[in-house]
Amino acid sequence: MDLETALHVASELAGAIWVTLALAAVTLPLGLILAGLATWARRSRHRALRGVASAYVLAFRSIPLLVQIFVLYYGLSQFAWLRASPVWIVLKDPFACAVIAMSVCAGAYTAEVMRGGLAAVPQGAIEAARALGLSRFKTFLLVTMPIAIRRALPAYSNEIVVTLKSTSLACTITVMELTGVAKDLMSQTFAVIEVFCMVALIYLIINMVLIFLLRLVERLLTPPYQRKPMLAGARRVVSAAKWRSIGAASQKG
Amino acid sequence: MNSTVIDLFAWGGDGWTKPLLTGLGVTMACACIGYALGVLLGLAVAFAKLGQNRWLGAAATLYTTLLRGVPPLLVIFLLFFGTNGALMWVARGFGYAGYIEVDAFTVGVMAVAFVSAAYSSEVFRGAHAAIPVGQFEAYTALGLRPLAGLWTVIIPQMFRLALPGLGNVWIMAIKETTLLSVISLAELMRVVGVAGRTTGQPFIFYGMAAIIYLVLVAISSRAFHVIETRMRWA
Repeated sequence: MDLETALHVASELAGAIWVTLALAAVTLPLGLILAGLATWARRSRHRALRGVASAYVLAFRSIPLLVQIFVLYYGLSQFAWLRASPVWIVLKDPFACAVIAMSVCAGAYTAEVMRGGLAAVPQGAIEAARALGLSRFKTFLLVTMPIAIRRALPAYSNEIVVTLKSTSLACTITVMELTGVAKDLMSQTFAVIEVFCMVALIYLIINMVLIFLLRLVERLLTPPYQRKPMLAGARRVVSAAKWRSIGAASQKG
Repeated sequence: MNSTVIDLFAWGGDGWTKPLLTGLGVTMACACIGYALGVLLGLAVAFAKLGQNRWLGAAATLYTTLLRGVPPLLVIFLLFFGTNGALMWVARGFGYAGYIEVDAFTVGVMAVAFVSAAYSSEVFRGAHAAIPVGQFEAYTALGLRPLAGLWTVIIPQMFRLALPGLGNVWIMAIKETTLLSVISLAELMRVVGVAGRTTGQPFIFYGMAAIIYLVLVAISSRAFHVIETRMRWA
């Protein structure tokens, strides 16, 4: 790959990064809101509500995202009355369609993450809060939720990576994000490996930054006496080296 | 309306049931072959990570980090645009200057295999870590060589422990095959798309695909659940 091609590729990819980030930035909060609603509905007293929410989570976790996107973008265009209605302003836009489909899908996956977090809250803590006279709402707000969020964060960072990767599917409905641009560049420049490596690096860096940020959040939510050092791995290596040198010293002596 | 829907899914003639079933067959073939290869490759990658060789371990870690952090669609594009060039480059070394093309099915199988390998290697590594040290000591005490012990004692137990994770990887493999429609492999998604365009009823056909995948995933998770419970009592 000569310099001119390299610059061309880099500038094309730089523009596409923002599309990918925008897709993820809109999808993740919407997914969180939907997941919150689904989690609330699944814990509701009404059987019908629980049933609907469970069906939503099961169906949207089982159906491949590409099918969901195509149903929304290509499938709905079949109905003339829909094309005439004001909803069409949103549904004819590929970016909006991608965001809606991805949010609904991410919501279903995140609802499972939330369920896991809530299940990990010790029953004793909730009982203790109730015994102290906190109302059900206050117990949830001050005791259950903080613990649940902390427990759910590692799984949620997984979910973020999945969502970021799923933004690539938007290129199948003409939203030119990173993967879509990469495809065009691969077929234009024939520098397949080089383009792949550059795009892969971009994805990995975005992933790492997001995971790091989430770990910061997790640390902020953990009470100081429970905090583990952020660079636990590095410390382990250092202490292992120290032990080894102590061992070597004692062998010498 | 009702009669037209029935006509759409008629068996012979212009009905779409036969093409849909063919597409489903291609989907399943691609998922099965790719998954089987992926699990074997994943086992090898897992042992590369667990083994003593530092370079092999680093290469395996790089492989899993890359394939798990990058969208599968990008991997498909890499293989689709890359394999022809790579093969022609190798062939030119042997003095053959013609054009070589790898068909979409092979690319699809490779894509499913490489991605499932990355995920299943992590599953296997977890399973390996979950086997009690006593098992390793036991086969050594019995006088088995490491390779024999691995093959007869450790790997069978790893598969049992890895089953839930492998079930998830299988479901992922099914879902990944839908992406192969972008490189015009005639799997279910592609057939459904063609049917929708030809008949002007894309909603019905994509909805049909959604139901088919839902059923496939439901059957798969049920089947893995049954195998898991059987294995637990064995």
